[in-house]
Amino acid sequence: MLCEECGKHPATVHYTQIVQGQKTEYHLCESCAREKGVAAYEAIAGPFSINQLLSGLLNFDPAVKERMDSPGLQCPECGLTFNQFKQLGRFGCPNCYKAFDPALDSLLKKIQTSDQHVGKVPKRRGGVVAVRRQLDQLRNDLQEQIRLEKYEEAAHLRDRIRELERQVEP
Amino acid sequence: MSLHDFLSQAASKWLKDDGPESDIVISSRVRIARNLSHQTFPMLSTDNDKEQLLHQVIKASQTPDASRLGPFEVLKLDELNDIDKLVLVEKHLVSPALIEEKGGAVLLRKDEEISIMVNEEDHLRMQCLLPGYQLEAAYQLANQLDDAFEDSLDFAFDEKKGYLTACPTNVGTGMRVSVMVHLPALVWTEQVNRILSAVTHVGLTVRGIYGEGSDAMGNLFQVSNQVTMGQSEEEIIGNLHSVVRQIIDHERKARRFIVQEAHGRVEDRVCRSFGILAYARQIDSQEALQRLSDVRLGIDMDIIKGVSASILKELMVATQPGFLQKYNGHEMGPGERDSKRAAMIRERLRTDSN
Ligand SMILES: [Zn+2]
Ligand SMILES: [Zn+2]
Repeated sequence: MLCEECGKHPATVHYTQIVQGQKTEYHLCESCAREKGVAAYEAIAGPFSINQLLSGLLNFDPAVKERMDSPGLQCPECGLTFNQFKQLGRFGCPNCYKAFDPALDSLLKKIQTSDQHVGKVPKRRGGVVAVRRQLDQLRNDLQEQIRLEKYEEAAHLRDRIRELERQVEP
Repeated sequence: MSLHDFLSQAASKWLKDDGPESDIVISSRVRIARNLSHQTFPMLSTDNDKEQLLHQVIKASQTPDASRLGPFEVLKLDELNDIDKLVLVEKHLVSPALIEEKGGAVLLRKDEEISIMVNEEDHLRMQCLLPGYQLEAAYQLANQLDDAFEDSLDFAFDEKKGYLTACPTNVGTGMRVSVMVHLPALVWTEQVNRILSAVTHVGLTVRGIYGEGSDAMGNLFQVSNQVTMGQSEEEIIGNLHSVVRQIIDHERKARRFIVQEAHGRVEDRVCRSFGILAYARQIDSQEALQRLSDVRLGIDMDIIKGVSASILKELMVATQPGFLQKYNGHEMGPGERDSKRAAMIRERLRTDSN
């Protein structure tokens, strides 16, 4: 079979893409596949420890197994499906984190021991993120003060929280 | 060209210069992964996407803030020959993965302390590599670099998950910090496995630079953070710092111990290795690394005098296949490499004794 794209070279890369429920089969030569950026799927899907480790973790996770069974889980920006992510151990684009979100928290806890970033924040978003972090802290403090029945302190904290909330969500 | 001239031109600053604690710590490295919002990661990118991205990164490197940290030379990997690509890997300036994929590039500062890989697994991998024990300085430099590029590039960031990377093992800070250490006395006293496995319990990993586990050739190890999320950059550096300090202390103690308890045997081994390096006509890279490690220990313990201490790191890189072929100006099979490797080491030792 010759490559569908150029018609010159033998088609060695075969794959199926499902876009909005529409299934399309592709048969391409290696250089055309590379043009489309799909050869990497094959190349990286080979035996590589970190991928296997990740897909192993995902397969054993009941929360993830359930998600997987819902067939449509796919990143709308790059088209990577959750199943492909499982095989590759790699995301297709930054938006995949949002698209696969519910299934990711437990994976991140396993490989990262935490699912919450606490480090550097890009300068341009620095203001807002810092305020939100402070808000989380203050809300915790507020609960603690209420539990201790220190209502005067709690009222103080509540005012401070309202003030910060106005800054973040105008 | 003499070996001395060749090395002074071809070697990175981290290979030539000394740094703090350089009797044990060879180098300190910080690498930060960053990606651009709304663009597929290189795995799914077309050749055209990759070219566009490189173009954007080059532009970002020419802004006033970024060029103050440069200037940077742009090397497109597809335009280099195989030997030159290998040399970049051997100098730890690019990863082996970068030279295997199409469309990879690296922006290099002249002293090679900064290298920015483009289109590796992530869009950008910014690396600062300094000689000796300089974690803090390497981090400061990497942080400035990140800030400078962030001014003109929209990095993918999520408030909860941090900097978004192609692999979930890098998400969060996107930062990998590592220290290369030479631990001959801990290996000699057979304590190395115990200490190194303790390290893995505090969120760090250790691997051999050349070969794994206790078979690590040349007694060279790399200690780095395993986790990139849930700890701030300062905590990651602090954690690594406190562990590396302890490793340094243990290695120093072990060196004092073998001076007292086994001086004769250590002296014999060091001098035999020196003799072999000075006279061998063929040597493979595994033996070369082991002998170089012995000689370096001998220099640190004052058994060998008049040989510069940088010989280990210089030759561990210069006797690798890419470097050897570059120096000799042609491709070579393993057999010829063994002869040329022995010749290079003899010449390097002669340079010092003159
Ligand atoms: Zn084709
Ligand atoms: Zn995606």
